[in-house]
Amino acid sequence: MQLASMYQEIILDHYRNPHGRGLREPFEAEVHHVNPTCGDEVTLRVHLDGDTLADVSYEGMGCSISQASVSAMYELVIGKSVPEALETGEHFMTLMQSKGDAAVAEKLEDELEDAIAFAGVSKYPARIKCALMSWMALKDASARALAATPPTGGDKA
Amino acid sequence: MTQTVSRPEVGAQKAPLPLDVEAIRADFPILSRTVRDGKRLVYLDSGATSQKPLRVLDAERDFYLTCNAAPHRGAHQLAEEATARYEAARATIGAFIGAPAEEVVFTRNSTEAINLVAYALSNAATAKEEQFRRYAVGQGDEIVVTEMEHHANLVPWQQLCERTGATLRWLGLTDDGRLDLSDLGTVVNERTKLVAVTQQSNILGTINPLEDIVARAREVGALVLVDGAQSVPHQPVDVTTLGADFLVFSGHKMLGPTGIGVLWGRYEVLDALPPFLTGGSMIEVVRMEGSTFMPPPQRFEAGVPMTAQAIGLAAAVEYLQQLGMDRVQAHEEALTAYALEKLAEIPGVTVIGPPDTVARGGAVSFTVEGVHPHDVGQVLDDLGVEVRVGHHCAWPVVRRYGVPATTRATFYVHTGYDDIDALADAVREAQRFFGVAPAVTPGEAD
Repeated sequence: MQLASMYQEIILDHYRNPHGRGLREPFEAEVHHVNPTCGDEVTLRVHLDGDTLADVSYEGMGCSISQASVSAMYELVIGKSVPEALETGEHFMTLMQSKGDAAVAEKLEDELEDAIAFAGVSKYPARIKCALMSWMALKDASARALAATPPTGGDKA
Repeated sequence: MTQTVSRPEVGAQKAPLPLDVEAIRADFPILSRTVRDGKRLVYLDSGATSQKPLRVLDAERDFYLTCNAAPHRGAHQLAEEATARYEAARATIGAFIGAPAEEVVFTRNSTEAINLVAYALSNAATAKEEQFRRYAVGQGDEIVVTEMEHHANLVPWQQLCERTGATLRWLGLTDDGRLDLSDLGTVVNERTKLVAVTQQSNILGTINPLEDIVARAREVGALVLVDGAQSVPHQPVDVTTLGADFLVFSGHKMLGPTGIGVLWGRYEVLDALPPFLTGGSMIEVVRMEGSTFMPPPQRFEAGVPMTAQAIGLAAAVEYLQQLGMDRVQAHEEALTAYALEKLAEIPGVTVIGPPDTVARGGAVSFTVEGVHPHDVGQVLDDLGVEVRVGHHCAWPVVRRYGVPATTRATFYVHTGYDDIDALADAVREAQRFFGVAPAVTPGEAD
């Protein structure tokens, strides 16, 4: 069975016991993203302290991959600056496009922490969107939060 | 287990199947391939698109090999032959639904056929020709759909209403997956211009009581469009008894090629509609100042048509006629009864839609408690069982039943009991994989 390569224990753990789940205040931006081919949904809020992601809170419904992905992302981005978090998101995107190439996963392992477990998903094109949905929502919400927040330091656009 | 009670497979009755599944499978080479590391392909997604028998592929290839040319243009021999084959296909497909050839308009698929009607109704309001204004839709008019529709029979009507200022109304659903007709008399009223309804739900499997809806529409002088995308492939449909004004269906869901669909329209109605797409083929006289148009069906077929696809669809229709649509329907009904029983034996599985085969086709949607449909589908796929997961382009339906999505199995002429056994086994495996398999209860043999 190839399934085990996609449904790593780490993924199933995040699915069953999601980290950081629930919508919290304060927040500067809230977005709602869907995966229109299947109906996965996530509502995601971003709270910034300067340009640092002080909190990312969310509610969602969908498959194990989409829900575990947002949980793993939460762990990964809290405390990072928005540009750092988005760069991590780019690397997660690279992982998702790797078609199961172990060399790509190995290079990104340290940075992506638990999210590296999603490497197996990259072999299933129909499921990549599930894994990426939360990252798209984060990118969107961060941009809106930055736009809504008066610039403080101004070191990042 | 040493139960003296009968084993579950005795419970799910295998009535003799009306179609010879093994012989039919031999006509579909794709069914002999394997998937996911050597698993037998169990294709239970014909509702999304059907597989094609060799005869259909041969018909398309033969057209290209022997007489490929643009029909209805040119006077050379190939053009004559291509035109003859294209028009013969129209006659064959028309006869399949009891319609004369001139009432058969070729479109890309059902979606385009519905859009054709929706745009014709709004174009009618601004048509310069008096004879095209008869069915114009505007402010104060109402269009009626149902909550059961595929997006293809919903969104074009929403858009028509937005373009014209008309109002969209709809019939709701009952808890057991049927149309709620209790307010039919008020929802369909003197303001109603058109009622668009599916004959067979692509997600619930429900076969709708069209006669009640048609009768009410007739009382108020409304047009009726029937979405036959899931009915024409699976049951006998005859427009002379349907009572509707339009019927749409897609070739690719009935063993035919992609890129070919049909809009059937009552001739008198088609003749009063302005065109949707314009260009070559559909014109009578063109001057720089303006143009006049051909009568139906040519008025609605702008550009060089999907000739090989139409010929392929005619071959598919002949294949289905040889099997007999009565037998195709009976075959699927037997499979559906068996599938409903097999799924009912699995604790945690809930069928969304009518629980028995009364007025029901072979789309079986279900949920598995504790496992998202995507994840169910992934385990099934790993075992070679190919089903559809998601909202099946009928988002309001899954919302109505309070589920995010469903897993859907659909059957066709090559489906056998072995496919459904594979489905049931795979669903149990999904429960095991995600650790939600309920404890084995007495009477459960596996």
